[in-house]
Amino acid sequence: MDLNFSPEESAFREEVRRFVNQQLPAPIRHKVMNGVHLNRDEHVQWQRILHKRGWGGPGWPKEFGGPGWTPTEQDIFEEECAAGGAPRLISFGLKMMAPVLMAFGNPAQQQRYLPKILSAEEWWCQGYSEPGAGSDLASVKTRAVRINSTEGNHYIVNGQKTWTTLGQYADWIFCLVRTDPEAKKQSGISFLLIDMKTPGVAVRPIITLDGAHEVNEVWLEEVRVPVENLIGEENKGWTYAKFLLGHERTNIAGIGIAKRELARLKRIAEAEGRLDDALFAARVAQVEIDLMALEITNLRVVSAERARKAPGPEASILKIKGTEIQQAISELMMQAVGPYALPFQQQDVGPDYAANLGAGYCNLRKLSIFGGSNEIQKNIISQMIMGL
Amino acid sequence: MNFDFNEEQVALQDTVRRFVAKDYTFEKRRAILDSDAGWSREVWQAMADLGVLAVNIDEEQGGLGYGALEAGLAMGAFGAGLLLEPYLAAAVIAPALIRRTASADFQEQWLPNIATGESIVVLAHDDARNEPVTELAGNLSGRKAVVAHGGCADLLLVSARLADGGTGLFAVTPGAEGAVVRDYPTLDGQRAADVNLNNAPAARMDAGGALDAIEAALDIGLAALCFEAVGIMEATVAATTEYLKTRQQFGQPIGRFQALQHRMADMLMHLEQARSMSYLAAMHCTNEDKAARQRTLSAAKVTTGQACRFIAQNAVQLHGGMGMTDELMLSHWFKRLTTIEMSFGDTDLHLQRFARLSRAA
Repeated sequence: MDLNFSPEESAFREEVRRFVNQQLPAPIRHKVMNGVHLNRDEHVQWQRILHKRGWGGPGWPKEFGGPGWTPTEQDIFEEECAAGGAPRLISFGLKMMAPVLMAFGNPAQQQRYLPKILSAEEWWCQGYSEPGAGSDLASVKTRAVRINSTEGNHYIVNGQKTWTTLGQYADWIFCLVRTDPEAKKQSGISFLLIDMKTPGVAVRPIITLDGAHEVNEVWLEEVRVPVENLIGEENKGWTYAKFLLGHERTNIAGIGIAKRELARLKRIAEAEGRLDDALFAARVAQVEIDLMALEITNLRVVSAERARKAPGPEASILKIKGTEIQQAISELMMQAVGPYALPFQQQDVGPDYAANLGAGYCNLRKLSIFGGSNEIQKNIISQMIMGL
Repeated sequence: MNFDFNEEQVALQDTVRRFVAKDYTFEKRRAILDSDAGWSREVWQAMADLGVLAVNIDEEQGGLGYGALEAGLAMGAFGAGLLLEPYLAAAVIAPALIRRTASADFQEQWLPNIATGESIVVLAHDDARNEPVTELAGNLSGRKAVVAHGGCADLLLVSARLADGGTGLFAVTPGAEGAVVRDYPTLDGQRAADVNLNNAPAARMDAGGALDAIEAALDIGLAALCFEAVGIMEATVAATTEYLKTRQQFGQPIGRFQALQHRMADMLMHLEQARSMSYLAAMHCTNEDKAARQRTLSAAKVTTGQACRFIAQNAVQLHGGMGMTDELMLSHWFKRLTTIEMSFGDTDLHLQRFARLSRAA
């Protein structure tokens, strides 16, 4: 057992740290460090900086233009990016669409879509959830009917997607659609790529409790989609969706982000004199300890992944604990500033650092809901250990 | 970075696991528990013959010269068997302390005998409230409280406050004039003792730095304790999982009920987080930077202690009435996990120490 990083890994960490320090534009860093939402251009700008360095797709193999990093290197990269105040990678293209394309897409699809994900020329969003299909994702109702005609074979899609994160920026949406309404729930679903500019696609904002426009409804009305946009085989979409959900094991825990936010919490608590309060200090200590433990748990998973050991319930553990920790930190930050957490969308009252804390706390309630709610994760864990 | 154990470590684990499975069954333990002494010299000798008492003793003194991780792996493997013998006190902490404080002669005299199981040496450090042990002209007075396995010791290593306010470490022979040892069972079935000293003759062991050495030895013990806890929690979670799969109510295994499924998931998360921290503790418990070491160990003890409470309580809860019986190993695991949380400083103490050390860092 050796819990130290190798000299090569440490050197790599230094290299990433230096790169982020030198290349990350200051206004973006400032926003990230203070919990302010970024706009599309800022996300794209950072992705292009990474792409230029050859780091645009941290989890991608070399054959598709990625750096071919080990899980440990990916982990180090994401942690250093987070620590340095870099934006989160836009995962919908890079970490969701891309792995599905690599595994199940045909060469034409791979060549068509992958390069533009890397270069941030095209922004993807996820069309999974529907008003009636949340945790029970396989009950999607959005209907795609195949029409074979002389002008080209296509699908006509009708339905509604929801909670579409940053869909307002998206050029493309990957959707789970029902192609066989007669088949059993999971077996009649297909995986379809839809150009957001197609007539019949409408995006409507959903404003969340923090006042932000982060998620959307996407309405699909008589949308004509060429059959070339089908991934893999018709009615096999559930297999690809499950692959996607199980694929992403790096950075589920969000260790880097949590460390950055913990440091911010401690700065705020110190400035507010709250660490002199034994009860508050113990709460901060508790979350810091939980994070220390999760960091090791995460490294255990990363190292098992390197050894290609079969995945167990770890991914779910990382998701639950990681989100609980981030939520706890946001809650303590809000508490630390007391009443100055309450002025809403104001920049000129109270200490600067207090401005977004109330909204930030509200926003992060999403963490235990999305990506498979924490209750669904517990179902998965128990299924894996008990099989009932 | 890797989380793998080497061949020797795996062999050590296997040896101990086989010993527990074959020679430390529930019935065997029950018989020892019911005996007057509450522990078995015969078992102790068998452990010596297996070489496990020599894990923490240098090769020059007839030991194996292993480190803190090996001590932890042995403790983890003993874990589910709930050893009643003084492994942690006499085979982990005492040798670590002797190596750090005692003269070459003392080490030569005692360490080989500890490795062979002939001698049992135990540290008595925590004072009874309002009765601290103090030294005056080579004699000790005061009381040490709830000294783990103090009753079976051939020699006690007693910390005492010196006239100059410092701390010294002294060797005291139990039963010597003025040294009365009151031995009793504790909640977990193990033994402890109060050591009453009244002008008891004592031989100074250290040449300064006793407190640092004691803390260093106890930190190695604490890391090993975390491994023991993980070993027991693993068994507890496995037994509870099995119970939920087999116990039928309302015409189905109770493990089909989501309230219980989620509780199991919570137990597993506590277990894995505690396992992670046991590794961290093993890697850091010999760190010379005391503040950094104690900060990490406090974090490990908080994680472990909270896991002990959660898993122990919920394992009993999920076993229903069966969890309350003395006849299942489960209730014995419960009591040991409860004891571990309260030993070496409880969760609150370590949470506060961690907060203090984090702020100072």
